[in-house]
Amino acid sequence: MRHTISVLVENEFGVLSRVSGLFSGRGFNIESLSVAETLDPSVSRMTIVTSGNDQIIEQILKQLNKLISVIKVVDLTGVETVDRELVLVKVNAEPETKPEVLRLVDIFRAKIVDVAPRCYTIEMTGDEAKVNAFLQLLRPIGIREVVRTGLVSIARGGNVVAQADKMPHQGRG
Amino acid sequence: MVRALTDLGVDVVFGYPGGAVLNIYDELFKSTKLRHILTRHEQGAVHMADGYARASGKTGVCLVTSGPGATNTVTGIATAYMDSIPIVVFSGQVPTLMIGNDAFQEADIVGITRPCTKHNYLVKDTKDLARIIKEAFFLASTGRPGPVLVDIPKDVLASAEEYVLPKEAHVRGYHPTYEGHPKQVESAIRLLKEKERPVIYTGGGAILSGASSELAEFAGILGIPVTTTLMGMGAFPGTDPLYMGMLGMHGTYCANMAISHCDLILALGARFDDRVTGKIDEFAPHAKIVHVDIDPTSIQKNVPVHIPIVGDLKDVLKKMIKLTKGTKEAASFREKITPWREQVRKWARTHPLSYKHEPKGKIKPQYVVEQIYALTKGQAIITTEVGQNQMWAAQFYKYDSPRTFLSSGGLGTMGYGFPAAIGAQVAMPGKLVVDVAGDGSIQMNIQELATAVQYRLPVKVVILNNGALGMVRQWQELFYQGKYSQTCLPRIPDFVKLAEAYGAAGFRATRTEEVKGVLKKGFAVDGPAFIDILTDPNEMVYPMVPAGAPLTKMLLV
Ligand SMILES: Cc1ncc(C[n+]2csc(CCOP(=O)(O)OP(=O)(O)O)c2C)c(N)n1
Repeated sequence: MRHTISVLVENEFGVLSRVSGLFSGRGFNIESLSVAETLDPSVSRMTIVTSGNDQIIEQILKQLNKLISVIKVVDLTGVETVDRELVLVKVNAEPETKPEVLRLVDIFRAKIVDVAPRCYTIEMTGDEAKVNAFLQLLRPIGIREVVRTGLVSIARGGNVVAQADKMPHQGRG
Repeated sequence: MVRALTDLGVDVVFGYPGGAVLNIYDELFKSTKLRHILTRHEQGAVHMADGYARASGKTGVCLVTSGPGATNTVTGIATAYMDSIPIVVFSGQVPTLMIGNDAFQEADIVGITRPCTKHNYLVKDTKDLARIIKEAFFLASTGRPGPVLVDIPKDVLASAEEYVLPKEAHVRGYHPTYEGHPKQVESAIRLLKEKERPVIYTGGGAILSGASSELAEFAGILGIPVTTTLMGMGAFPGTDPLYMGMLGMHGTYCANMAISHCDLILALGARFDDRVTGKIDEFAPHAKIVHVDIDPTSIQKNVPVHIPIVGDLKDVLKKMIKLTKGTKEAASFREKITPWREQVRKWARTHPLSYKHEPKGKIKPQYVVEQIYALTKGQAIITTEVGQNQMWAAQFYKYDSPRTFLSSGGLGTMGYGFPAAIGAQVAMPGKLVVDVAGDGSIQMNIQELATAVQYRLPVKVVILNNGALGMVRQWQELFYQGKYSQTCLPRIPDFVKLAEAYGAAGFRATRTEEVKGVLKKGFAVDGPAFIDILTDPNEMVYPMVPAGAPLTKMLLV
C-alpha cells in the first residue's frame, strides 16, 4: 500500500543522503520525495511517498525515527490531507492546437507562464490524479518536457506536524 | 580536542598519525593524562578500541589521519556497528577549502561510513568541536550503542577558539526509550504464566545493558531454561543448570530443540539473526514471542512479535522481577514447568556437545579450548577470530560473566580477535586475555604483535592451526562435494619464529600430550605469546544446521 510520510529533519548537509541511503540500503523504494526548509530555518521537511506492506512501512517509520538527524516522523496515510504537486509542462502550441491547450488550461485552472513561438510552458498544481489527468489530455497535443515536484501533503483541519520531539515508539501490541 | 577528551574521562586513545592530524599529535605529545597506543594499522586501532569497549563497558577511542588512514578504519567501524559497540573514531580531513577537490589524501569518510555508523559528523567550524565531541560520546554510549565518527579538517584543528565543553549533550532527534512500558511488561508476565514450555533467548543486549544479574535472578525465580546467542555468551552463567548453551547454526542440540518446541520465547536483547533462526518460516512454530529491545527497529523485523517491549533490558527485567519475586504464583509456575525442564535436560544429556578425543593421536581443537578453560579456571577474557575457532571457543569454554567473550558476531570479521585482545588487555591489565585464533584469521592483523610487544601487553594467542580456512572448507566438505577450492593454507609462516622475530614468545604443540604443558608455559610468560597448536585438519564444527534449514534439521557428529 502507498504511504505518504512527513519527516522533519535537521537542516544540515548530508541529511538527504542519510534518508535516501536508508531507503536504498534496505531495499525500500521511494516514489517521490520533496524537501524544503520550514518556518524554523534549522528544520527541513521531507515529504516521502513510498509503498510496501504493513511490515515494511513499520520498518521504514522506525528506521527513519532511528536516524539521529530526524526530528519527527508522521505517516499521513489514513489522515485526511490536502495533497498537492506542482508540474511544469512544455507543450506544442501550433495554430490548430492552441485553442485546445487554452481550453485545458482553463478547465484545470492552470497557468501559462511562458510563451515561445510554437510552445507554451504551463504551470499546474493539484493532487496526483489531477496532474495525471491533465498530462494525459495534453499528451496527444505533444508534450516536450515535464517537470514535477513530487507530492507535498498537509493534514486537514487544525492538526499540525510541528517540531515536537520524537515520540518514543512502542511498536505494535 | 585533547582537553575535551580528557574532560570526558578518556584515558587512552588507539591511533596512527599522519599529515592531517599532526596538530592533535603535537598536543598529545604534551599531554600527561591521555595515553596513546600506537598501533601498526588503523584497522587494528579500531578493533582495539572496540575490544577495550567490550571488556570495560567504556567507550573506546580511536584517532587516524585522513584518506587511507580513514578508509582503513571502515572494517573496524562496521564490525562495531553490527555488534552495537560504543566507540568514537576521530579522523583527520583535508582543509575545509580543499574538500571536494580530490586533494591529496582526501576521502569522503563521512559518506563512506554513513551506513555503518550510528551517526557521523564533519566538523566545519572550530567553535563546534567541543560540542560535537560531547555529542559523539553521548550518542555512542547511550540507547543502542554504536560507533560514531568525527571527521575534522586540518584547518579546524589548527585554529583556536575559546574552549567550552557543554555540560549536557542535547540532540533533539534522539530520545531512546529506557523504561519498558509497565502495561506491556504486565501483559508479558500474564502471557508467560499461561504457558508451559517457556524459553529465555538472550543476546548482546543483555551485556550492553548490564542486565546479567537481573537475568540470572529472573530465570531463577521462574525456573526458565536459557539460551544465548554468540553475542550473549557470558550474559548468563555458562555453568548454571538452567543454561542450555548457544542456539542457532552451531548451537547445542538442546537449545535448538528447546526453541523449536517451546510455547513461549522471551527474547531479551537479541535480534533474531538468520544464523540464529535458521529457516525463518519454521522457526519456533509453536511459540508466542515477547521481544524486549532498546531499538524499536529490531522488533518485528525478522519474526512476528506478540508482545513488543521497547526499553532497556535491565529496567524491564527489574520490573519483571518485581512482578514475580516471592509470589506464590511464581512458585507454582516453576513447579508447573518441571516436566519441561526435565525434557530440556534430557535433550542435553542425550546429545551433549562432543568430539572424539585422541589422547595419543591428532590434537582436537575442542580439547585445546577445554584445556584453556581448565587452566584459566574460566577466569580469562577470551577473544576469537572468525571461523571454526570462534565456534569452538563458544562451545567448549563456559563463560560465567559478561564481557569475557569478545567476538565479531554480526560482521564476522577475520582479524578481529587479536587487536581486540590487545584492547581488552589495555582495559584490564590484571586479566589474562587469550585470543583463540585460526591460522587464517591471525594473519589478517598479525602486525599488531609489534604493538603488543612495544607496550608489554601480555596477550596470549592460541592458534588452532589446521592448515586451512577451516570453516569455509567445512562448507566445501559438506555442500560442495569436498572440492577444497582455495582453502588450504600451507603451514606458512612458522608462527614460533615469527613471534620470536617480533620479540614475543613462541610455543608449539604437535601432539595431544603436549597441549597442556605448552598452554601452561605460554600463559606463564611475562609478555605476549603465540601458541601454535597443530590441530586435526579434518575436525568439523557440530552440530550444524545447514544455511536455510530449520533448526531441528541439525547435522550431528
Ligand atoms: C575478513 C574476512 N574475510 C573472509 C571471511 C570468510 N571466512 C569466514 S571463516 C573463514 C575461514 C577462517 O579460517 P581460519 O582463520 O584459519 O579459522 P578456522 O575456520 O580454520 O578455525 C573465512 C575465510 C571472513 N569471515 N572475514
